[in-house]
Amino acid sequence: MSGSNPINSGVVDPLVESALAGIAAAADLASLIAARSSLVGEASEISQLNASIKNMPNEFKAEAGALLGAARGKLNGAFAARESELAAIAEAAALAAEAVDVTAWASHAQVGARHPLSLMQDQISDIFIGMGWEIAEGPEVESEWFNFDALNFDADHPARAMQDTFFVEPADAHLVLRTHTSPVQVRSMLEREVPIYVLCPGRVYRTDELDETHTPVFHQVEGLAVDKGLTMADLRGTLEHFARLMFGPEAKIRLRPNYFPFTEPSAELDIWHTAAKGGPRWIEWGGCGMVNPNVLRSAGIDPEVYSGFAFGMGIERTLMFRNGVLDMHDMVESDIRFSQQFGVSL
Amino acid sequence: MRVPLSWLAEYVDLPGDATPDSVMAELVKVGFEEEAAHGFDVTGPVVVGQVLEFIPEPQSNGKTINWCSVRVAPEGQKAADGGEDVRGIVCGASNFVVGDKVVVCLPGSVLPGNFAIAARSTYGHISDGMMASAKELSLNDDHGGIIRLGEMGLDPKVGSDAIELLNLADTAAEINVTPDRGYCFSIRGVAREYSHATASEFRDPIGNAQPEVASGFEVSIDDPAGIRGKVGCDRFVLRTVRGVDATRPTPPWMIARLKLAGMRSVSLVVDITNYVMLELGQPTHAYDLDKLSGGMKVRRAAAGETLKTLDGQVRKLDVEDLLITDGSGPIGLAGVMGGESTEVTDSTVNVIIEAAHFDPVSIARSARRHKLISEASKRFERGVDPRVAEFAAARVVQLLEVHAGGTADGLGANYSTLGDAVSVWLPADFAKEITGVEYTVDEVTGVLADIGCVVAHVDGGYEVIPPSWRPDITHKTDLAEEIARIVGYERIGTRLPVAPPGRGLSKNQKLRRAVLTAAVGAGSTEVLTYPFVSEEANGYFADATSKVVLANPMQEESGQLRVTILSGLLDAARRNLSRGLTDLNIFEEGSVFHPTPASGKSFTLPSAAERPTPEVLEAVRATLPAQPKHFAALLTGERVKQQVGVKSQNFDYSDAIALAASVVSATGQELTVRQGTAKGYHPGRTAELFVGETAIGFAGEIAPALAASKDLPRRVAVLEINLDVLYASAPDVRQASPIFGYPAATQDLSLLVGLDVPAGEVRKAIETGAGELLEQVRLIEDYRGENLPEGQKSLTFALRFRATDRTLTQVEASESRDAAVALAGQLFGATIRA
Repeated sequence: MSGSNPINSGVVDPLVESALAGIAAAADLASLIAARSSLVGEASEISQLNASIKNMPNEFKAEAGALLGAARGKLNGAFAARESELAAIAEAAALAAEAVDVTAWASHAQVGARHPLSLMQDQISDIFIGMGWEIAEGPEVESEWFNFDALNFDADHPARAMQDTFFVEPADAHLVLRTHTSPVQVRSMLEREVPIYVLCPGRVYRTDELDETHTPVFHQVEGLAVDKGLTMADLRGTLEHFARLMFGPEAKIRLRPNYFPFTEPSAELDIWHTAAKGGPRWIEWGGCGMVNPNVLRSAGIDPEVYSGFAFGMGIERTLMFRNGVLDMHDMVESDIRFSQQFGVSL
Repeated sequence: MRVPLSWLAEYVDLPGDATPDSVMAELVKVGFEEEAAHGFDVTGPVVVGQVLEFIPEPQSNGKTINWCSVRVAPEGQKAADGGEDVRGIVCGASNFVVGDKVVVCLPGSVLPGNFAIAARSTYGHISDGMMASAKELSLNDDHGGIIRLGEMGLDPKVGSDAIELLNLADTAAEINVTPDRGYCFSIRGVAREYSHATASEFRDPIGNAQPEVASGFEVSIDDPAGIRGKVGCDRFVLRTVRGVDATRPTPPWMIARLKLAGMRSVSLVVDITNYVMLELGQPTHAYDLDKLSGGMKVRRAAAGETLKTLDGQVRKLDVEDLLITDGSGPIGLAGVMGGESTEVTDSTVNVIIEAAHFDPVSIARSARRHKLISEASKRFERGVDPRVAEFAAARVVQLLEVHAGGTADGLGANYSTLGDAVSVWLPADFAKEITGVEYTVDEVTGVLADIGCVVAHVDGGYEVIPPSWRPDITHKTDLAEEIARIVGYERIGTRLPVAPPGRGLSKNQKLRRAVLTAAVGAGSTEVLTYPFVSEEANGYFADATSKVVLANPMQEESGQLRVTILSGLLDAARRNLSRGLTDLNIFEEGSVFHPTPASGKSFTLPSAAERPTPEVLEAVRATLPAQPKHFAALLTGERVKQQVGVKSQNFDYSDAIALAASVVSATGQELTVRQGTAKGYHPGRTAELFVGETAIGFAGEIAPALAASKDLPRRVAVLEINLDVLYASAPDVRQASPIFGYPAATQDLSLLVGLDVPAGEVRKAIETGAGELLEQVRLIEDYRGENLPEGQKSLTFALRFRATDRTLTQVEASESRDAAVALAGQLFGATIRA
């Protein structure tokens, strides 16, 4: 042996201690990086010692290498630990700096909305589509033949005058703004094969002044079924199902005798309105009945073989009592707040 | 129909506590909707008084009041209000004399309009009650003075109850009578229906007076052609009463009933004819016999004839009008209104009563033609019982004898061409086939007998002869309805029919929903406007000369149907703006209306008795104007509102085009845009919209002058698309493009082009020139100004390249870009901006 190893723990340990202190003292990532180069960089004492190993006597090399290796390992670990510590502190500071008052949130997106009258027609259509029915449509300017004659309104019958009809010039062209969606029933019977199960939503017109409960332009939905063996029980069953899907499983309906030229027997349809102001009560929802044989005949359907039922109700009225709309003006004035309060669902 | 309860109770039993509401609740069960309750609304101590003396006292305002002493209870007794038997009352009227019996409303009584009577200080006296006029009791509109009971033919005891005397406690139920039930425009009909609803006994009022056959007055019916082949009159009864005193007062009970039924008391003879009409449903007419010349003839009017009707109007008659005539010419518009020349007046002594049956169609046409919907015409057009005429005439005769002092005379007529009633065959199970309800034989025969039918139950069904007052019953379905109605709809069961498998929404219905969803997704709010517009508004965006015009619009100035939806959206926008809603993105989907060369022509409607031939149906359809569906939107104000950290941005033409692109894209198609011009649009900010080579509409901004004229801001972005055209080319199924995962290469490209070169065309050239490696191109800048050659602009596009099978190198991307530049250069002289 030629004396003791010049690179021994007495030499290395103080260097490590001092370097560890330097690492711990680094207050941010930048000073840690600076410390790293001064403490373990090429010019650092530890690197110098390490470089000196190659000039040492061979018998010392292994020990010195091991000693310095351990020291470097320890320091690298300390650097990494301090680095992630400082990174966490920096991130925390950044997050704190980015904090905002979220109650001052800003909306960049425009939000659109459907008109509830159009939405409700779609909603009712979906109910009947689900039952296998189809949706039929027709023109709003209609021939009197479809609007009246084929529906068993005789030209001289007072029922024809009852309808408060808008007429289109010239009078002898016999065009009207359809007073109900029933002409679509006639068109359906003429265009489709029996059995027929169709729902006819749409816009209709009557010469009523606009007030809280009337409007000259309004919307109806009518249903028509023509098949073998249909009775008023089928009509009631269909209406009950419809009512439950519109108003909840507890909904009840009632039929009262009435008169319409295109149905016989005819009935007024009442619904038990549980949410009515002043307590639950029956309120008028629409009209219905068994298709008058004359109507079937004018569409070329043999009333001795087939029977049918039909029903219809106003969309405005339904929206009023189902969704609590108090004034018809809200539905026709195009105020965007009316549509926007419903958005895209009812 | 208004039904006084006291009257109804004469012919059907009512419960003792019946009210209008309880009566209506019963009638609604058999199909009569309730309308309203009516009454006189007079309560409290209202008594018969007698004027003892009065002192006229002229006032400084020029009026003279009378300070009256009125006895309101027999001497020494307390009055009905517990007060003294003689009262001091101030009265403004002066149509009375000492000794007159009058109606005194004592303190505590309440008159119509919630007018409470109390002792009050007036004109220097304490007026301890009020002497009432007929108007104040709502008996009639006559406010000429107070009621003098002697004038009404009454001499009741002083202090007795005047409410009872004048029948002011009676009330009436008003029900809606549907057009098939003309017989219910009578107490007779309603009493019968009330008995159906409650099973209480019905007593037919035709039993009140026995008809006697009168003769000797010449009557002829001259109507060979009729209307729709039907002779205008098939029953004509005349009865004579001589020696009437037409000036006698109408009994107060009759006045009260007429009033409650909604009719005004006119004079005794007229009141009696009205009373009988209300009771039996048969309109009757009284002529002054001495004003008639010769016999009566019922005929159609000759061209040019006129008639002065009872309301004083001279009416030009139509050759379809059915008339009652005598030797002098027309004396009445049959079934509608009598003529003035033969009117009953105070001096009338001899009266001849007409009770006839006329063809409903003829009467309906005359009433509408002359805009004269009378109580008589209303009944005739809905169907009057043709067999009640002689009973009604007899009842008028009877009432004239009792109340007008007349004597029946044998002179009259009894014309009839009524045939035997036709029976209707009701197969045994038919009612069940319609309603699903099992009815017993007893139920069927019972119900039909109750409504007045003669029923024979035979093998396989029922032979049914409907009653004369039910002209609506002509078919087995009419009978089935009656059985269902009277037995009750609550017997009807419940069954949910199973429809055959449906096909769901049609293609266009699905497309409509996609379009609306896309519009909402793009931030737009749906509105629904009326399609009624003015001629001017219809010209805002269209030059079309022919429009669909309404014959009877709600407002003259909105008498056309819209040819564009936009005109209505302008008004919708203005209404929102007026309410402080200044940022608008609204849309509407709906029909517009355009006449076609074939539409709106004179056309004779085919019969509806059977299915028309396909050719005829096509002819009916051809009368209709074209009614395509359109989509229109209007955007104005701020697209993005100023907020914390956000600057405001205004809507402009781009937003309209972008919304159009969303709508088109929702149908699986791609929008292309060309610089365009359209009426009502800003000349430099208008895009014509295309799908492929098909024009579908316009988008842009409206002309500022139009905006100003509608009080709208200068920038109003709009679009309108013909959806029918858009839908026609929409694919049934959209095909997927593969999504490739290789990295993209992006490059920006700035090109110099002439100022007049459309960016859209340059873009198209880039797409074509770059070839299939170019995945997306986006215009990010349109720079004009400094550092550019004169007359040029710089368009900067962001390009994204991608290969489907490899990672693209920048070199490949650049080659592709260079090819794009080359094509743009070739087509538009574009060069890369240095």
